[in-house]
Amino acid sequence: MQKTSDNPIVKMEKLNKHFGTLHVLKDVDLEVTPGEVVVIIGASGSGKSTLIRCINGLEEFQSGSLDVDGKVLLPHGKASKALQQIRTEVGMVFQQFNLFPHMTVLDNVTLAPMKVRGASRDEARQTARRLLERVGILDQADKHPSQLSGGQQQRVALARALAMEPRLMLFDEPTSALDPEMIGEVLDAMRELAREGMTMVIVTHEMNFAREVADRVIYIHKGEIVEQGKPEAVFDDPQNERTQSFLARVLTH
Amino acid sequence: MNSFQFDWQAAFASIPYLLKGVPYTLMISFGGLAIGFLIGIIFGLMRISPTAWLRVPAIAYIEVFRGTPVLVQVLFIFYGLPQLIGGPIDALTAGIAAIAVNSGAYISEVVRGGVQSIERGQREAGVSLGLTRTQTFRYIIWPQGFRRMIPALGNQAIISIKDTSLFAVIGVGELVRQGQIYIATTFNALEVYLMVALMYLAITLTLSVLLRLLERKGLVGQ
Repeated sequence: MQKTSDNPIVKMEKLNKHFGTLHVLKDVDLEVTPGEVVVIIGASGSGKSTLIRCINGLEEFQSGSLDVDGKVLLPHGKASKALQQIRTEVGMVFQQFNLFPHMTVLDNVTLAPMKVRGASRDEARQTARRLLERVGILDQADKHPSQLSGGQQQRVALARALAMEPRLMLFDEPTSALDPEMIGEVLDAMRELAREGMTMVIVTHEMNFAREVADRVIYIHKGEIVEQGKPEAVFDDPQNERTQSFLARVLTH
Repeated sequence: MNSFQFDWQAAFASIPYLLKGVPYTLMISFGGLAIGFLIGIIFGLMRISPTAWLRVPAIAYIEVFRGTPVLVQVLFIFYGLPQLIGGPIDALTAGIAAIAVNSGAYISEVVRGGVQSIERGQREAGVSLGLTRTQTFRYIIWPQGFRRMIPALGNQAIISIKDTSLFAVIGVGELVRQGQIYIATTFNALEVYLMVALMYLAITLTLSVLLRLLERKGLVGQ
């Protein structure tokens, strides 16, 4: 909190990740400054999800350096204390929501603040209600996740992550598992979050959304960052031919 | 063929005597299962540990006690162990111990299966929120895994209850043993063993019903 806002919150240098013999991320450099919204696009299997999963240590990497919010993550998943501190400050929203099915919506949102931050039950519930209201599902607070639609579940997942007051939010294809008519409500909630100045790294296939909210768009191809820049630059005037052919394929649909 | 008549009188007369064996059967079964459950949690979790020195002993334990007959286990404990420790072990203790180590091996596998059946995303969501691995296990993985274990645990309980019938051989006064003693004086083997069978059935059916209720309750919100 005391840091000057110009220090990058994510600083990744020459990161390499292998799954067995598969080289998933190749010398990836990435810096994210506070308040920035970075959208990562690319084909399936390009490594974009793996990239953001490295930021909160859900994936180990084999070489390179990674600094998140001033804490250093080491290759091969070492230094678990830093890892846990990072996860406390970095929220994540998953493609499959991953809500806790045995708890009510409210308990999903209050669990981590109570167990990790040591918040009292009342405090945690108050925060949870405020967040659930903000994402428009306060009336579902006492239900279990399975009773909610996909769009509602994903908004609960967003509230759950926000309850930890993260300094950075990661989104791993947050609308890919949703029925088309529910995508809008989740994107709306994310749009509002971006407007409020949350630092966000988003992996998505929603190109219109990317164009609208991103400060920077990154195109990743076979584990390499091929092109990045302002959305207008990347979408309207891509320099790399791989980016051109990718966009030609996705934008015509 | 012969003029055998089922002697209802004798069957009913044996009931009070057989009922004396029921507390022993229940004590051995549930005492053993309670300890077996603790063993199952510990060894089941060791079994899925990434650390080899935790995993290997658990595998060895499970294979040994799942791969040998419970009758041999109880004979070993009752007749064999006293030679090792230099003092007698009473039959009830031996019975409870045998059910504990035997059911413990099976329950270890039930626990492992239950825990491993929880989707990876649940653990990822937990640790991503900053929960420690232990907290993630305690609040997220275990409660869900345990619900999935209930049917298999019930199954094991029923198997273990029936296994205690073998312990008549070490002279512990459980149901079968009481039946044998009674038959030795009245010779109504058919009637008495039928009553013995019905008593096991009464115990296991009660358990089945309770489990079904528990399952139904446990599945709320899944």
